[in-house]
Amino acid sequence: MRFMFKTDYEDDIRLFPHSGYVVTYGVLLALLLIAPHVLSSYLMSQLVFVCIYAIVGVALLILTGFTGQASLGHAAFLAIGAYTAAYLQTYNVPFPVYFLAAGLLTGIIGAMVGFPALRLTGIYLVIATISFALIVEEILARWESVTHGNEGMRVKTLSLLGVAVPRDSPTFYYLCLAVLVLTIVGTLNLLRSPTGRAFVAIRDSETAARSMGVNVALYKVKSFAISAAITGFAGVLFAHKLSFISPEMFTLQLSIEFIIVILIGGTFSLHGAVLGAIFIVMIDPFLTYLKDDMPGIIAGLAATFGASTATAGNIQSNVAAFASLNGLKGAIYGIIIVLFVLFEPLGLYGRWLKIKLFFQLFPLYKRATFKRQKIYVKSERNR
Amino acid sequence: MSYFRAENLSLHFGGLKAVDAVSFAVEKGEILSIIGPNGAGKSSIFNLISRIYRPTSGRIFFEDQDITEQPPYDIARLGIARTFQNIELFENATVLSNLLVGRHRHSTTQLWQELLFLPSVRANEKVHRRRVEQVIELLDLEPYRDKLISGLPYGVRKVIELARALCSEPKLILLDEPSSGLNVEETGDMSFWIRDLKNELGVTVLMVEHDMSLVNRVSDRVIALNYGRVLAMGSPAEVQQHPDVVAAYLGA
Repeated sequence: MRFMFKTDYEDDIRLFPHSGYVVTYGVLLALLLIAPHVLSSYLMSQLVFVCIYAIVGVALLILTGFTGQASLGHAAFLAIGAYTAAYLQTYNVPFPVYFLAAGLLTGIIGAMVGFPALRLTGIYLVIATISFALIVEEILARWESVTHGNEGMRVKTLSLLGVAVPRDSPTFYYLCLAVLVLTIVGTLNLLRSPTGRAFVAIRDSETAARSMGVNVALYKVKSFAISAAITGFAGVLFAHKLSFISPEMFTLQLSIEFIIVILIGGTFSLHGAVLGAIFIVMIDPFLTYLKDDMPGIIAGLAATFGASTATAGNIQSNVAAFASLNGLKGAIYGIIIVLFVLFEPLGLYGRWLKIKLFFQLFPLYKRATFKRQKIYVKSERNR
Repeated sequence: MSYFRAENLSLHFGGLKAVDAVSFAVEKGEILSIIGPNGAGKSSIFNLISRIYRPTSGRIFFEDQDITEQPPYDIARLGIARTFQNIELFENATVLSNLLVGRHRHSTTQLWQELLFLPSVRANEKVHRRRVEQVIELLDLEPYRDKLISGLPYGVRKVIELARALCSEPKLILLDEPSSGLNVEETGDMSFWIRDLKNELGVTVLMVEHDMSLVNRVSDRVIALNYGRVLAMGSPAEVQQHPDVVAAYLGA
C-alpha cells in the first residue's frame, strides 16, 4: 500500500497523483496504440464501438453522474450529431468543419433542452428527456428534404486532409481513440475546476449550492450543453462507423444502452464510462453466441446425460427459439440494470476498487467497509 | 445607516404569518442572536435573507444596497454566507471540494479555459486552495481534508459547514443553530470560533440559536421572536428578563 505525503497544493490538483498512475495509463495507451497490429478486424471494429460508447458515457456522466440530471434522450443528441455530419457531407464540407459544427449544433440544442428541464427533477426530468428523444426521432423520419426520412442517409467515407479514412482502417480507430482521450482529459480538467465542483454541488444540494453563489440554472444548462456537444461529436464518428444512418437506429433502446453504460460502469468516476462501454459492446457478441452455439451445446449435454435423439433435438429447437426471441435483448438489459442497482450500485469500477482494497488491506479487509449506512436522517430539506 | 437592515419583513404562507413585519438592524462587526420558541420564524428570516423564500412584503438592505430582489446566487457574491440548521453539505464529495465550492464566488475563469486547464486556471486553483487551507487551520479540520462527507460524524459536519461559509470570505455570516446536535465540548469550541470570526476576521455574525449559554457567551445583542413578531431587543441579560420573553418561553 502506498502512502501519499502531500507537500504542495499542486499534489491536490495534478491529474496523476503519483508515478504509478503514469505507468499504468502509459502501458494502457501503448497497448491501445499497437492494438490494430495485433487484433483481428472484428475485434478492432468492436474496439471502435467501445470508444464511441465510452465518449457518450463520459458525456452522460457529466450530466447524470456529476450534475445529477438524469437523461434518457442521449440517443437523440447522437442522432443530431450523426445527421448534421451526413447532411453537411452532401455539400462537400470538409471533415473538421462538420465535426465541429455537429458538436456546436448539438450543444446548442442541448442547452435548449436544458432550459425547460430546469424546473424538473427526478422522474419528471426523465420523462421530459424521453419526450425530447421521441420528438427528434419523429422529426428525422418526417423531415424528408433533409434527412431522407425512413430511407436513411448514406454517409460517405471520411476524408481527412484529402486522405480517405475507411471506417475499418486503423486511422479511423486512432481518430476515435484520440477523441475519447481528449474528451476524458477535458472532462477531468473540468471536474477539478470551479465548474466541475459547481456541478457536484448541484447534484448533492441545490439549496446549498445556491447559497454558496452558484447560479444553479446557468450551470444546469451548461451541463446539458457540454454533455450534448460531446455526444454530438460521438454522433459524427458513429455515422462514419456505420456508413448508413436511419431514424430507427436512434431509438429509446439506444438511450437505455447509454444509461446502462454508466450504471454498470459506475456513476462516480470516468473509469465507469469506459468499463460500461466495454460491457455493453460485449453483450452483442454474447447474444450471437447464445443464438448460434448454445442450443447445440445444451442438446449435446442432454444427449450425454442419456436423452434420446428426439428429446435432444426437441431441446435444441426450444433453446434456439428462446435465444432468438424478439425482446430477449431488452429483457437482458432490464435484468442487468435491476441486478446492478440492487447488488452493485457502485458499478464495475466500484467492484474493482473493492477488490483492490481487499488486497491492499489483506488480511484486514472487513465486509462492512463499503456498506452504505445512514448516520442521521435529514428531517427537513429546502428543495 | 446601518450595515444590514430588514424593514417590515413579512412572510405569509396563506393565512399563516411566519414572519410578521419584523424590522431590525445589524451593525458592522457585531454578533446579533435571534432567539425564540420553535416556529417563531427564526429560520424563515434567514431563508428570506438568503432568498430561498421571497418576502410577502418588506425590504432588506445590505451595505446600503437593496437586496430584496437579488437572485439567490447573488447574495453570496455580495458577501453574505450562511450555514443550515440541518446541514446541507455535498455528501458525496470530499471535505476539500466542499470547501472549494465555498470559494465559488471568487472564481473568475471561463469554461473554455477550464476545459484546457490553462495556467491561469491552475494559478487560481492554488490561490483557492491556499485560502481553504487557512480556514482548515483555523477550525482544526486537518484530519479530514480528503474524507467524504458521508462518512463523517455530525459534529465534524457542523464545523465543515461553518468552514465552507468562511471560505467564501463573507462580510456577514448567517449561522442557523450552530450548536444544534453538538455536545458541550463541541459547543464550547463553536463559541470560541464565533468570537474569533468577529475579533480576528472582522466578520459580522447574525445567528439563530437555542442554547442560551452560547447566546450569552458570544452575543452583543439579542432579538427575541415569537409568532413571527419581535418581542424584545437588547443585550442578552435585558432580553432574558423581558416579561414578554419570559411569558413566551414559560407560557405564563
